[in-house]
Amino acid sequence: MNASLRSGLLRLAPQIAALAVILALCAAIAPGFFDISFANGRLYGSLIDILNRGAPTALLAIGMTLVIATKGIDLSVGAVMAICGATAAALITSGYGLPATLALTLATGIVCGLWNGALVAFLGIQPIIATLILMVAGRGIAQLITEGVILTFNDQGLIFVGSGILFGVPMPVVLWILIALAVGLAVRFSALGMLIEAVGVNRRAAYLSGVGTAGLLLAVYALSGFCAAIAGTIAAADIRGADANNAGLWLELDAILAVVIGGNSLLGGRFSIVGSLVGAMIIQSINTGILLSGYPPEFNLVIKAVIIVAILVLQSPTSRAFLAFAWRKRSSASQEAAGQQPAPGRQAS
Amino acid sequence: MAAERALLEARGLSKYFHGVTALDGVDFDLHAGEIHGLLGENGAGKSTLIKVLTGAYRRDDGRVSLDGAPIDPRDVMDAQSLGIGTVYQEVNLLPNLTVAENLFLGREPKRFGLVDSRAINKRSREILEGYGLSIDVSALLSTYSVAVRQIVAIARAVDISGKVLILDEPTASLDAAEVDRLFAILSDLKARGLGIIFITHFFDQVYRICDRVTVLRNGRLVGSRPLESLKRIELVSMMLGRELESAESGDHGRASEVRGEVVAAFKKVGKKGRIAPFDIEVRRGEVLGIAGLLGSGRTESAELMFGIHEPDTGAIEIDGAKTSLGSPRDAIRKGFGFCPEDRKQDGIIDDLSVRENIALALQARRGWAKPLSRREQDALADRYIEALDIRTSDREKPIKFLSGGNQQKVILARWLATDPRFLILDEPTRGIDVGAHAEIIRLIEELCAEGMALAVISSELEELVAYATRVRILADRQHVAELEGEDVSANGIMRAIAAAEGDNTGEARS
Amino acid sequence: MRILKTLVGAAALAGLMTTTALAADMTVGFSQIGSESGWRAAETTLTKQQAEERGIDLKFADAQQKQENQIKAIRSFIAQGVDAILLAPVVATGWDQVLEEAKEAEIPVVLLDRTIDAPDDLYLTAVTSDLVHEGNVAGQWLADKVGDEQCNVVELQGTTGSSPAIDRKKGFEQAIADHDNIKIVRSQTGDFTRTKGKEVMESFLKAENGGKDICALYAHNDDMAVGAIQAIKEAGLKPGEDILVVSIDAVPDIFQAMANGEANATVELTPNMAGPAFDALEKYKADGTEPPKWIQTESKLYTQADDPMKVYEEKKNLGY
Repeated sequence: MNASLRSGLLRLAPQIAALAVILALCAAIAPGFFDISFANGRLYGSLIDILNRGAPTALLAIGMTLVIATKGIDLSVGAVMAICGATAAALITSGYGLPATLALTLATGIVCGLWNGALVAFLGIQPIIATLILMVAGRGIAQLITEGVILTFNDQGLIFVGSGILFGVPMPVVLWILIALAVGLAVRFSALGMLIEAVGVNRRAAYLSGVGTAGLLLAVYALSGFCAAIAGTIAAADIRGADANNAGLWLELDAILAVVIGGNSLLGGRFSIVGSLVGAMIIQSINTGILLSGYPPEFNLVIKAVIIVAILVLQSPTSRAFLAFAWRKRSSASQEAAGQQPAPGRQAS
Repeated sequence: MAAERALLEARGLSKYFHGVTALDGVDFDLHAGEIHGLLGENGAGKSTLIKVLTGAYRRDDGRVSLDGAPIDPRDVMDAQSLGIGTVYQEVNLLPNLTVAENLFLGREPKRFGLVDSRAINKRSREILEGYGLSIDVSALLSTYSVAVRQIVAIARAVDISGKVLILDEPTASLDAAEVDRLFAILSDLKARGLGIIFITHFFDQVYRICDRVTVLRNGRLVGSRPLESLKRIELVSMMLGRELESAESGDHGRASEVRGEVVAAFKKVGKKGRIAPFDIEVRRGEVLGIAGLLGSGRTESAELMFGIHEPDTGAIEIDGAKTSLGSPRDAIRKGFGFCPEDRKQDGIIDDLSVRENIALALQARRGWAKPLSRREQDALADRYIEALDIRTSDREKPIKFLSGGNQQKVILARWLATDPRFLILDEPTRGIDVGAHAEIIRLIEELCAEGMALAVISSELEELVAYATRVRILADRQHVAELEGEDVSANGIMRAIAAAEGDNTGEARS
Repeated sequence: MRILKTLVGAAALAGLMTTTALAADMTVGFSQIGSESGWRAAETTLTKQQAEERGIDLKFADAQQKQENQIKAIRSFIAQGVDAILLAPVVATGWDQVLEEAKEAEIPVVLLDRTIDAPDDLYLTAVTSDLVHEGNVAGQWLADKVGDEQCNVVELQGTTGSSPAIDRKKGFEQAIADHDNIKIVRSQTGDFTRTKGKEVMESFLKAENGGKDICALYAHNDDMAVGAIQAIKEAGLKPGEDILVVSIDAVPDIFQAMANGEANATVELTPNMAGPAFDALEKYKADGTEPPKWIQTESKLYTQADDPMKVYEEKKNLGY
């Protein structure tokens, strides 16, 4: 267990290093970046903001990691966020209680996920196309629910669930960490993790070995929808309203990026939820850093793109192999035994 | 014929892929005005030979000459301009262009810098009329049948190249009338002096159209023979790699006096378009051998027995009770296991470790909620790594880094871990090294002795004879015979196959 | 039945307002873009209300964001022989032909909300707001409010590169140019959305000493302001007091915030484009008065003193 923990950390070394460098850069441009204070009954500070603002991406990345591990992709999560936010707002404003509202909202997310999963598992539609359907249609559905307006609500219960403070920590942070733990433990302490990886690497061979591939695919897409439902609830509670046009807009791409930055292959197979979460935090740190920097907004996307390209280049198999080589050469000069290098990324062949 | 100089001559061609020898010093001659069949089982090296000749691969060793002059085509285009044209099974034309555009793609006659479509339409009509085909050449290729597309592809290849025409399984998706038409065209081209290489695995077509045949096996040349003097059974023996022996080998030891109880019975089980209805009983302590040429329906039979496809006729009884197999999952629950023929596509999970590959089927049967603990998985992996002598540095090594033979042992271990009652092995020894080969055969014998029921599909007749209690003979997607006791011999199997293939000459195949 | 109703209505109105006596017979076609935003929906509602009040028979056509539908609608209005056409054009180009046809049929066309690239003799007038002016009004209000005191402003821009973002920024900067005490210290895009408005405001607060150094927030639309107000509250400051909040659009939700004392002022982008359009048409029909080619709608400033709750109630049902 200890050894596998260590090898896991070793695998994530580039991601953790990238996060550290970005946080250091943020601290350089924004003095007091690492300060955390306790005021008004809550923790307050830029680091807390990153954890808090990164919650939707982190949640989506949890579901996305498993979907991608099965060699799939879920483009619909942003739209599902909008649908679920709209559902929550519509239910709470039409007098449903908080438990009923939450239950129906989560159920909506799961149904959206099952729809995607059914298209992939039973009809054999390519995941990118199957989920594109809901990505395009989803915002329309959300607008039907909100009747085209930003549906505001003032229910303190729903606001607390999505953006309140629990023991000084913002609820979004509590939610994504809890769900990450639950999903992480579930896949590693049951056989799900191994079966999902088997399906992702070779679906046919897994099927021939008796793996219930259809059920697994349904389950991972449903989980992705569930995560999107929670993210959608958070996004709605954040502004006390459901904005069908903008909630979760392009967030599916951030989630995919988080998974990739986390060192997971889009070709499926081996996955690391922790890696994806670090990826999500990297993306949010960049966003927060840009906002704190005070540069004109015209530069936002350029800065973001440059940093992300740099990270992806650094963790590409080629540059990893090069770094490993350079490291071995240097250490063999002093002594021999470069030791076990982090395994270079899977060859895509 | 032997006196005249060859049109295309290859000597000592070799090709290696990552240390694997795909083609090993193969000689090949093609004469002008000859249709030359190229035969061999899957993986024999037919397509590698073709790709080397057409420049799709660069050869690693040997030489090729055309009309006496040495050639070394860099790519397919180069080979085309030298005079070697190829038509593949899936026609390599563009269905969304017109027939004429396809004929002249990449070499369109230009007028004022623009494609002169009137000229290409006119020329196309003339060319195709030479093949007895009068169609609207300005219509999209996709509006025509596969047979017409095939002819267009041939016309294009001949028009561009004009010396050597290579046809890779051209008849696979044609009906009998279309095959006749194609053969008429080939005879015509032959009369015009072209050399034609014809790849197929339909014996009757070989005998109908070819003058000579070259057989490859495991990347090596088995022989090149004129067909007039070649008996069907000799051709079968060339392909299956065993010389006819005059004496029957008597080492077939499994007398079938003690018959175990029936584990599973398949009664009139069949599926339209895949395999004709068949009866099979499998018994404890018995190996059922399944023999037949490529495409005879061996794998298709196994797929019905393992629930990969659901039969549309017949009934399945397991332990005397009627049941149905809707998926491999169902079959595994009944205690079945299946080692597929295509290890890479259907067997290994290449990125996962040896341990996970071994544990997979057992874990899948237990369900996701009842995980094998890491300790149990380790113990399982270690046990089979030792028992089957799987050569791996450790159990966490991704299976893709193992050799073919060791991968096969891991797949066997995956099934043995589920403690199956009935194990189906499809070509268990294909493409693996000699040592592993012998070990797998010994394993099959041991499992049988322990009382397991096995069905083994193999093209290795010696092997089948060594371990099979009974041998089922398949041809043309039908179960045609079953050999038992004294009849189970390499010669017996070959005779049965040759007889069946002969019987079916001329029938339309799908 | 409808004729009777129109007649009765017309007679009643004629009795009340002699100036609109002629308009009572007017039939006007309205080609609307669609209903992509709350503001657009409110514009539709208000146009229908205005027509009803004036006894105008309004023929409404929703183009669902497609120019071809608008052209079809205009042709059908011409065929029906309407007295005038209102057009909210979805794009700027490609109108010449169909407007030519309207001109030949002697039907005046009034553009609403957006202008087009076409010779201006093809339409009677265009009724639009002035984006630069809106920013100007907001800036002016802030300058008046703070007087000579030092004031650091943070700005939430609209979507980078969009014309409202560019023009509203320009107008505001013009208004504060002569006031050295007012300075924009941070400016970042909030994409016109509440979520981004809130997130960006959080970072402004962090960057400016927990918000203590910020005197006012200027947001290019009310939605971003509503999000930012949340952020200010969560940072433990009082929006409207510790940080002044001024924004543009005057959507209903900002009036609620003003009623709570959390927002200070908003500049209205009025959805009532039809009112001035009908006024001009009525005059034109009555005695041929040519209106100016551009009728600028009023950019009305609302503050907490304007009974925000009452405005909220009025606006609530317009479909925002």
